[in-house]
Amino acid sequence: MNTSDNANHADLAIYSHPTRLTGAETLWATLVGEGVRDVFGYPGGAILPAYDALRKFPLRHILVRHEQGAAHMADGYARASGRVGVAVSTSGPGATNMVTGIANAMMDSIPMVCITGQVSSAVLGTDAFQEVDITGITLPITKHNYLIHRAEDIAPALREAFLIAKSGRPGPVLIDITKNAQQASAIFDFAAAAPAAYRPHPMLRADANSIRDAAELLRTAKRPVILAGHGILQSNAMEQVRALAERMQIPVACTLLGLGGFPASHPLNLGMMGMHGESWVNQAIQQSDLLIACGMRFDDRVTGSLATYALQAKKIHIEIDPSEIGKNVPVDVALIGDLKEVLEVLLPALPKIKSSEWLQSIDAMKGDAAVRDIQNLPDDGHLYAAHVMHDLWHATGGNAIIATDVGQHQMWEAQYYKHEHPRTLITSGGLGTMGFALPAAIGAKIACPDKEVWVIAGDGGFQMTSPELATIAQEKIKVNIAVINNGYLGMVRQWQERFYDKNYECTPLLSPDFVKLADAHSIAGVTARKRPEGVAAIESARKHDGAFLIDFRVEQEDSVYPMVPAGAALHEMIRRPKSDPPKTNQRRNPLVETASDV
Amino acid sequence: MLHTFVALVENKPGVLTRVASLFRRLNINITSLTVGESERSGVSRMTIVAEAAVDRAHRIMASLYKLENVLEVDDVGRHSAVVRELAIVKVAAGPKTRAHLFELAKVFHARIVDLAPESLMLEITGGASKIEGLVQVLVESDYQILEMARTGRMAMRRGQHTSRVLDALREVPATSESTLAGKPKHMALGKVATEDHA
Repeated sequence: MNTSDNANHADLAIYSHPTRLTGAETLWATLVGEGVRDVFGYPGGAILPAYDALRKFPLRHILVRHEQGAAHMADGYARASGRVGVAVSTSGPGATNMVTGIANAMMDSIPMVCITGQVSSAVLGTDAFQEVDITGITLPITKHNYLIHRAEDIAPALREAFLIAKSGRPGPVLIDITKNAQQASAIFDFAAAAPAAYRPHPMLRADANSIRDAAELLRTAKRPVILAGHGILQSNAMEQVRALAERMQIPVACTLLGLGGFPASHPLNLGMMGMHGESWVNQAIQQSDLLIACGMRFDDRVTGSLATYALQAKKIHIEIDPSEIGKNVPVDVALIGDLKEVLEVLLPALPKIKSSEWLQSIDAMKGDAAVRDIQNLPDDGHLYAAHVMHDLWHATGGNAIIATDVGQHQMWEAQYYKHEHPRTLITSGGLGTMGFALPAAIGAKIACPDKEVWVIAGDGGFQMTSPELATIAQEKIKVNIAVINNGYLGMVRQWQERFYDKNYECTPLLSPDFVKLADAHSIAGVTARKRPEGVAAIESARKHDGAFLIDFRVEQEDSVYPMVPAGAALHEMIRRPKSDPPKTNQRRNPLVETASDV
Repeated sequence: MLHTFVALVENKPGVLTRVASLFRRLNINITSLTVGESERSGVSRMTIVAEAAVDRAHRIMASLYKLENVLEVDDVGRHSAVVRELAIVKVAAGPKTRAHLFELAKVFHARIVDLAPESLMLEITGGASKIEGLVQVLVESDYQILEMARTGRMAMRRGQHTSRVLDALREVPATSESTLAGKPKHMALGKVATEDHA
C-alpha cells in the first residue's frame, strides 16, 4: 500500500509550469491531473519504467492477482462511483488477460481507461518477447484505442482517452505505451495536452417536432410503461424519470442494469422485466399501448421473441447512441440525446394525471404470483438462494452495494434484493462474465470506502477469480462475500433440466471448502446450511472488521422462475411452481454433500 | 441494395482497419472501398460501397460516426451524385486483332495506354455499368482478358453541397469541456463541433 506516504511527493508545480518528465512520470502525472486516486494493476517487463516512477505520485495502486481482476476492479470502481476506472498491465499476456474485462466494460458502457506496456518501438512488429498487438485485439471492444511510441504523445492521448471514456455513451479506452516512450523524456504541459472540445455524435436529435410527437403519444396513451435502463444511471436522470412516472402515473419496469435507477419501493415500480422478470411486468409490457424506453437497448434478454414483442405498443426511444435506434425494435419516436436533457425538455409538455385504470389492471395481473413466491413459503428446513437474498436485503436495509456474478444467483439477487438507490447493484449484464463479482466488489469498495459492499457469487463463478482473495488480504479490503453454493453450474443445469432432458453434462462441481480457502488468506468465514444459520452469518459478517466469507449451501436443483425460454414470446413464461419448491430428493450432484446429509 | 457512403477520416495508421472492421462486425460485405487524399491535409476520403438491406443505412452511418477517427459520413447513394470508377484491362491482341479493339475503345471512350506485340492495355473511366459493358463485349467477342484492375467507386455529390465538417473546421471550436483547456492542437481534426445533423 502506498497511499498517504506518497502524497508529499506530488509536485504541484508540474501542473502550472511545463516541466521535462520521463514518459513514465508523464503517465502518472496525467492520471493525477485527471483526478485519479486509485489504479488497479500488475507490473511486468514492458511497463516497468512506469512502475519505477509510481511512488513519486499520490496514487494508490492495488496489486491484483490476475489482470482480468484489474479490469473488473476498474469497472466496479466506475460503476460504483461514476468516475473513470483505471487498470494497468504489462504487454503480451498482461494485456490479453485484460481483454475479458475490457469487453465486459464495452458491453455495459462503463468508462474505463486501460494502460498497457508495449515492447520498444524498435522491435514492434517483430514478435518480440511478450509482444502482442493489443490495439488490434481490442479494436472491436474499446470505444477507442491508441498505440503510443513517443513520450510527448502520452499526456495528450491520455487526456483525450478520459474525455472519450466518459462522454456520450461511455466505454473503455485502451492506451498501449511502448517501453521506449516510457523511458524517453518530453516537456509535460498538462494544460496544453487538454483535448479539443468534445464532439457530440452528429446524429443526436431531439428537436421540437420529435418532442411534440412524444408528448402527443404520452397524452393519448392508455396503457403506458416506462422501460428504465442503465442510461438512467449514466445520465444521472433518476429525478427526471421519477418525475415522468409520477406526473403521468406511468408504471416503471427496469432492465437488470437499470435496477436502482428507480426506487424499488416506489408504488409505480413494477420490478425487473425480461427473461426472469416477474410475470406481471412482462404481461404489462405485452399489453401496453406505449413503451417509453429510457436509456436501454431492447436486448434479447428483455424482449424475448421480437416477432411478438409488445405488438400493440407505440414506442418512444430516448437514447444517446444513434446506432441503437431501430436496431432490434422499430420505434415511432426517437429522441436521440442525453436522457436527462431530453426529459427536462419533454416534462413541461406533459399534463399531470391523478390516477389510472391501467395501474389497477396491472395489480390484477399479479394474481396468484404472491402465493407462488418462495419468500412467502414457510421455512421448511431447506436453504433456498432466494431466502438468502431476502435476508441479505433485510439485514442491510437495502443500502449495501451488491456485486453479483453471473447465473442463477444473479437473477435471484435481482428479484429479491430491492435496490432503492442507483449504483448499488454492480453486475455484468451484456457480456455475462462469470468471475466478475469479486474483483468488481473490490473496485467498488476502493471507490466507496464508507459503503457496505457484498459479493454474491455462485460456486462456479467465484472460482474463476477467487485468487483475488489474496488482493483483499494484502490491501486489507473489507468486503463481505456470499458464495451461493449449490454444487452445480446452476443456470446451465437449469437449462439442461428444461431443454436438454436433464442431461447434467459437465455441470456438477466439486469445489474446495470455501471457508478453508478464505482461512488460507486469513479471511474469516462460516458455512450456513439452514436459514437461521444464514441470518446469523450475515450478522457476523457485518460486525466483523475484515473481509468475511459465507458459504451458503443452498438447494442444489433449485431453478429461477419465472422464465421466458430463449426465443419465446415475453408473455409465454414458465411460472413458479405453486408450492413444493424443489428439494434434493431426486437426482443430485454426486460430488457434493448437501444440507440434508449433515 | 447497394449503399454508397463517403466518409472523411483522419489520415492515421489503423483508420482503414477500424472502418473495415466495423463492416465485418455488422456482417456486411464491402463491395468496394477506395481511400485517397481529400482537399484537406490530414484528412482522407473513403468511398465505401456495400450490399445491405435498405433500412440499414442509418445504423451504418451512426456506427461509423462512433469511430473517433471518422469526421463526416454522407450517404451519397440517396442523392444526385457523380460516381466514377477507373479500370485498366490488358487484352491479348496481336497485329491482326488490334483494329477491332481500337474501334471498341472509341465507342466506349476508353484509351489505349500500352501496346505490346501480344497485348494492349485499355483504360476506361465511368460508372460501373459502362466498365462492365466493355468487359462484356470483350468477353463475348472472344478476346482473352489477361489482367484487369478496378479502383472501385468514387463518389461526389453534385452541385453546391459542401461538407459540413470542413465548414466547421474553419471555425474555432467554441467551448472546451475541460477547465484546463489549452489550445486544441493535438488531434484537433477529430474534435471539432459540428452542426446538428439534419
